[in-house]
Amino acid sequence: MLKLSRYVLYDILRNKIVIAYTLFLLLVSFSMFRMEDNSSKAQLSLLTIVLIVLPLVSLVFTTIHYYNSYEFIELMLSQPLSRTKILLSEYAGVCLSLLSAFWIGVGVPVLLFSADATGFALLFTGSALTIVFTSIAFYTSVRSKDKARGIGFALLLWFYFALIYDGLVLLTLYAFSDYPMEKFTLLLSALNPIDLGRIFIMLKMDISVLMGYTGALYKDFFGSGTGVLFTTGIMLLWALIPLWLALRSFRRKDM
Amino acid sequence: MIRIEEISKKFRRLQALDHISVRFTEGQVVALIGPNGSGKTTLIKSVLGMVRPDSGRIFVKDQPVSGDPSYREHIGYMPQIGRYPDNMKVGQLFDMMQKIRNREHTDTDLLYKFNIPAIYEKPMRTLSGGTRQKVSAALAFLFDPSILILDEPTAGLDPLSTEILKEKIQKEKKKNKLILITSHVLSDLEELTTHIMYLQDGKLQFFKDFETLQEETGELRLSKAIARVMQGFEPASEWIDELFDVHPKGKQQDKKK
Repeated sequence: MLKLSRYVLYDILRNKIVIAYTLFLLLVSFSMFRMEDNSSKAQLSLLTIVLIVLPLVSLVFTTIHYYNSYEFIELMLSQPLSRTKILLSEYAGVCLSLLSAFWIGVGVPVLLFSADATGFALLFTGSALTIVFTSIAFYTSVRSKDKARGIGFALLLWFYFALIYDGLVLLTLYAFSDYPMEKFTLLLSALNPIDLGRIFIMLKMDISVLMGYTGALYKDFFGSGTGVLFTTGIMLLWALIPLWLALRSFRRKDM
Repeated sequence: MIRIEEISKKFRRLQALDHISVRFTEGQVVALIGPNGSGKTTLIKSVLGMVRPDSGRIFVKDQPVSGDPSYREHIGYMPQIGRYPDNMKVGQLFDMMQKIRNREHTDTDLLYKFNIPAIYEKPMRTLSGGTRQKVSAALAFLFDPSILILDEPTAGLDPLSTEILKEKIQKEKKKNKLILITSHVLSDLEELTTHIMYLQDGKLQFFKDFETLQEETGELRLSKAIARVMQGFEPASEWIDELFDVHPKGKQQDKKK
């Protein structure tokens, strides 16, 4: 499998979009740390970028890459290779290249300017989000044969996870404000990897005091070892389930 | 070598393949012909395991296509459109294939005749359509496979390269290989084919060897012979007329009969 991933990786690392993405992240990170004298403020601004831009780029780039590699995947299918192997190699190639863009673009500045717990939480969340959204994009692009529909669906998913979901959560919380919702909001956070990542980092930043009783509960939960395990576990599920679904439908698919 | 048993495939409403059974053995050069959308590519893709038939079974060297992918070691495939990763270099592509197959390049004949080592350092995206077609052809023959499947091999190639490719096919034919070719350019197939398989609307209309066809129709040339047979088929005749430019008078007389 690694044989194939290596060449996919070679190809993507020389891709102009990935290079531009790396430079963009690098520029943003450096300017954040340069402009703010307080490094935790810079981390907060960087967090916003990570939570919005990373999922978007992962979804759109993966989708476009999949459709552009369609004929190449066909050629691989004519070789003595199993379908699972082919899709996993493509996945590994895309995932590793997006991750290396993130590590160079955000990882290096964070390690240089603020290598503390929050910084590492930021790197963990960013890597997890990249992997999760690459998986999701693979699933949606394997499912739809039409390129335009695939990209449209990827954008729709991004809107849902980055914007609409928060609105829905607020609406629910408002509607049931008479009931104790603290435990329930914990569950809600698990249903959106972006939210989960945000809470995970925020609580490392000591701003949870501003969030009242819920914040205290969160701090209690996410601050502990269980919280870290919980976050890692949920992120892993978010990465593995779409990937498994993608493999399942790729094995049955007609090319 | 390839045994196809009663395969059917439906894409939404379109019946792409309709209960097709056929047997190909070594030494045959089979020309797969039929109008656009008649199921030629679907048939080829089914043999390669890219399309999963709704019913029926396919065996390649007695190995079922639906199982272990190792049967594809025996197949060299040249696709209709060859597109490769944009930034991959030509040399890397050949390297990768060698690693995938875990074998040395055994048949570098076309590789050198098309002068591909000269462009090893070029990225794939800079190649013209014809050059990419040459790369595809060289890849198909690279591991000396006993079955060759060529989908529109001469489309986009210049006359000189077409000649080189035809010579190569001729040479492989003598090695007692099974070669499947689809093409719209019947004159290209003329000197190569031993058998003709005609598909229409997903149905197998006939599978005959060239000599029988020549005898039956009294025509020596492939295009004429097929045109003659097809005049019997009403739905096909329009396409055939267009393709071979059969004299309209002939058709009218036929109808009067």
